[in-house]
Amino acid sequence: MQYEVVIGLEVHVQLKTKTKAFCGCSTEFGKEPNSQACPVCLGFPGSLPVLNKVALDYALRVALALNCQVQECAKFDRKNYFYPDLPKNYQISQYDLPLSRNGFLDIYIEGKARHIDIRRVHLEEDAGKLIHRDEASLVDFNRTGIPLLEIVSEPQLNSSQEAYEYLTTLKNIIEYLDVSDCDMEKGSLRCDANISLKKKGAQELGIKTELKNMNSFKAVKDALEFEIERQTELLGAGEPIIQETRLWDEKEARTVSMRTKEEAQDYRYFPEPDLTPFIISQDKIEEIKKAIPELPREKMLRFMRDYGLSEYDAKILSSSKKYAEYAEECMKASNNKNKKSIANWLIGPLASAASGHHCAVPDLKILPSELVKLVEMVDLEVVSNLAGKTVVLTEMINTGKDPETIIKEKNLIQISDTSALDNIVDEVIKENAKSVNNYKTGRGNALMFLVGQVMKKSQGKANPKVVQEILKRRLTDA
Amino acid sequence: MVMERELYKLTAHELIEKLNKVEITSQEIIDSVKNRIREVDSKVKAYVRVEKLIKLANSPTRQLANILNGIPISIKDNICTEGLNTECCSKILGGFKPPYDATVIKKLKEAGAAILEAKTNMDEFAFGSSTENSFFGPTHNPWDLECVPGGSSGGSAAAVAAEEAIFALGSDTGGSIRQPAAFCGVVGLKPTYGRVSRYGLIAFASSLEQIGPITKDVKDCAILMNVISGHDPLDSTSVNIEVPDYTKSSHNDIKGIKIGIPKEYFIAGLDSEVKTIAEEAIDKLKDLGAAYKQVSLPHTEYAVPVYYIIATAEAGSNLARFDGVQYGFRAQGTGHRAQGLIDMYKATRGEGFGEEAKRRIILGTFVLSHGYYDAYYMRALKVRTLIKQDFDEIFKECDCIVTPTSPTPAFKIGEKAADPLKMYLSDIYTISANLSGIPAISIPCGFTRKGLPIGLQILAKPFDEEMLFRVAYAYEQNTPWHTIKPKL
Amino acid sequence: MAIDKETVKYAAHLARIELKPKELEKLSQQLQDILDFIDQLKKIDIKDILPTSHILPINNVLREDCPRESLPSEKTLMNAPLKEGSFFVVPKVIE
Repeated sequence: MQYEVVIGLEVHVQLKTKTKAFCGCSTEFGKEPNSQACPVCLGFPGSLPVLNKVALDYALRVALALNCQVQECAKFDRKNYFYPDLPKNYQISQYDLPLSRNGFLDIYIEGKARHIDIRRVHLEEDAGKLIHRDEASLVDFNRTGIPLLEIVSEPQLNSSQEAYEYLTTLKNIIEYLDVSDCDMEKGSLRCDANISLKKKGAQELGIKTELKNMNSFKAVKDALEFEIERQTELLGAGEPIIQETRLWDEKEARTVSMRTKEEAQDYRYFPEPDLTPFIISQDKIEEIKKAIPELPREKMLRFMRDYGLSEYDAKILSSSKKYAEYAEECMKASNNKNKKSIANWLIGPLASAASGHHCAVPDLKILPSELVKLVEMVDLEVVSNLAGKTVVLTEMINTGKDPETIIKEKNLIQISDTSALDNIVDEVIKENAKSVNNYKTGRGNALMFLVGQVMKKSQGKANPKVVQEILKRRLTDA
Repeated sequence: MVMERELYKLTAHELIEKLNKVEITSQEIIDSVKNRIREVDSKVKAYVRVEKLIKLANSPTRQLANILNGIPISIKDNICTEGLNTECCSKILGGFKPPYDATVIKKLKEAGAAILEAKTNMDEFAFGSSTENSFFGPTHNPWDLECVPGGSSGGSAAAVAAEEAIFALGSDTGGSIRQPAAFCGVVGLKPTYGRVSRYGLIAFASSLEQIGPITKDVKDCAILMNVISGHDPLDSTSVNIEVPDYTKSSHNDIKGIKIGIPKEYFIAGLDSEVKTIAEEAIDKLKDLGAAYKQVSLPHTEYAVPVYYIIATAEAGSNLARFDGVQYGFRAQGTGHRAQGLIDMYKATRGEGFGEEAKRRIILGTFVLSHGYYDAYYMRALKVRTLIKQDFDEIFKECDCIVTPTSPTPAFKIGEKAADPLKMYLSDIYTISANLSGIPAISIPCGFTRKGLPIGLQILAKPFDEEMLFRVAYAYEQNTPWHTIKPKL
Repeated sequence: MAIDKETVKYAAHLARIELKPKELEKLSQQLQDILDFIDQLKKIDIKDILPTSHILPINNVLREDCPRESLPSEKTLMNAPLKEGSFFVVPKVIE
């Protein structure tokens, strides 16, 4: 392709403080409309803002985790524009002295590191919700005033894949910091993108379009891909790119121009007179730094080192903090040097079970020691893999009983003793002459069928490996 | 012995004494004031929406054993009172009933004051120096009904002067307490910025304004300051400094106090009668033992332009919320075309705001707009620094500064209304105190030949209201001005 | 500096205020007078002077993250010019 893609992402993250940025209203989601508001967040005449201490701490936590330089003296500014979801018709935000600047995020594409600079991370307040009807719009101010973190990357991402990776990496880090739910469906994480194309090797950036209304990371990727195609076509035809805002239409899978009468907005930023500046001391920065937990990449590398896991497995296990903590507990609960089995169980059967229950793996509430026991029992072939990951696991989840008890109660102890199995095998051979014949004439599937029959007759308790051995011997002998 | 029906003539401290001796009840005071309002307010028009007040004249109020003991207080229409209309005397806030009390109102209620149901008249959104910009029409100066009472707290000042209020609250962004106090011959104080909570004051210029008392005498002013001052966790700009007992500063001794007289306040533009009377007042202070010296506040002439950039910029932003969505007036769609959102905003604000409001909002929008921000707003913020530094310098050597409050006495209604710039210049002596955040008081210091009051302004260091009370009280107690009342 | 009618119109648009033609005329003249007056600030040397946005040296005013009761929705909507159930109602943006 003769064009280079230049993408910048602007991510808004709703901080999960208990109260709003500038007043004591609760931030709980999903309440009755306009029931979670007060004169301050409603912008009633005479009201004044007071900053939430935890919002500031959370913002600093993210800024430092993203390697930003924290502003020694930060202040708030008013961003003035008119819209019904903005009760004061200005938003308290940060303009020229934001909380932090000049950070970076490393993303990894196919093992290769890409260093993406972060221009700024700043605090602001969220707006309300608008519901559009035919003739009018309805406004709900519950969400107004919830603290938002705006994270702006430099335009250094060069593909939709990189953008996707940036978003998942960023989300992962923020989840680890425990400052936001990062749920795009609930709106606690939002993303706008800026994209332009430039001729390969050119210095000057092309005209950029702003993309909005993408409700998932996949949508961001798809929207960018569509836009790359659209702009490539236009440039190829010698047509200009219009600097505009385009909305992603999920249904039609394309971007559509917003075409509003608003020209470039003049926000008339000026220092917020109702909030005095904030001096962030070195001590404060150190205090926040200390509270930052081991971040996803470090954890992944450590899992690889300490538990001998593959990068693939370690990455999955470190994809969420709770998952990683649970996984680590399980690893530690096992005396076995080989942790691979445990990893497999966590990534395979447990993840599937969790998915079925619409929850996360740790929420299944299986004690690490008991998972380890189950894994050992399967590895030692005390119980079959199949029985273990279906019957036993399900029982453990539903009843909370430990695996040994369940195996005993349900009589699942695998029969590996050949003498015990010989009779069943003989019976099956006698009853399935046709299959025996098929096997002898080289139809490989017949063996598995016969194994299956033995399993059936033994109510699943026969050790399928042993059964296979016995059958093979018998059939070759006979 | 003051007749029951003449209780309205007394000061708050006199009434407190009588209440404590159980000679009178607070209901009697309230009835007396309401009768007085019935008697004279049709001429003065200090109050707005007053019909309700008069009808409720006999509603009983609480009897509380608190400092203010049920004494009624009159509140400017831009201070939020729960359940009571608060409209900033503007069409666009018509009908607005705040669901909460301003912090000063909470404090007054806790101290036992009875909040009068009718609010006092003001220039719409405090934009003005004459109370002629009120949606409800002007207030008339009780000393000469053809003259303005000053503004924007003209209603509060006139009510106190006409004895239709025992005491009152106003707000001061560029002189809006002090100038009407001077025009009406009463006491008005603008506290240090951050001394009194702004929570519940409908904002005009957030970095400049304060709520303050307008009273019959200095002692009443001190009593009110004791009640309303103090840190408020709801106001990030309110300061956590202990509130002294301001009544203790009224002890009639100013020997050795160093007074600065800024030469820039005594030049051309100052009415000759005002000049003479002010100079006589300064001589009086000298007789009482104060020392004075001429000082200079070199950036005085720039205060008005700086103010009109900063104040209008903040006002433009503060008033953006008045858009017909959540409260107040909303313009109905006209014509066959369905009214879109932007039309609704524009029609609501075009109809709902008065001329001066529109002028200031548009000017404020302009000075912040792209391309003009540095030349106007940023420049003004820097000159503000210079103006503050001027005062810092003087206060190194002087305890206080004394000036006339206004360059002229009260002017006639309509005289300056057509020329906004002329009107803005009447704030020239009061504006600097707001830009510098320092406290200032205006006290009566004489009358013109035509019988119009003149005010003397005293300014002090930040949080040194005690100095203001000390000098003001000594002057007041040694002059007759506070005892003279208008004939209505 | 000169402020023409177009600039005043634009500022009025940014401020969402509708001005009738006579108003626009009058206001433009008045604002020109005011700006001419304000322009005297250009005489002052402001080199190396820091701007004053906040007159008091207070910093770091913060509050605890403790929820308290919000206004009941009836009070929130009490003054609404137009409402539907628990919502405020506004006209839509018309292109």
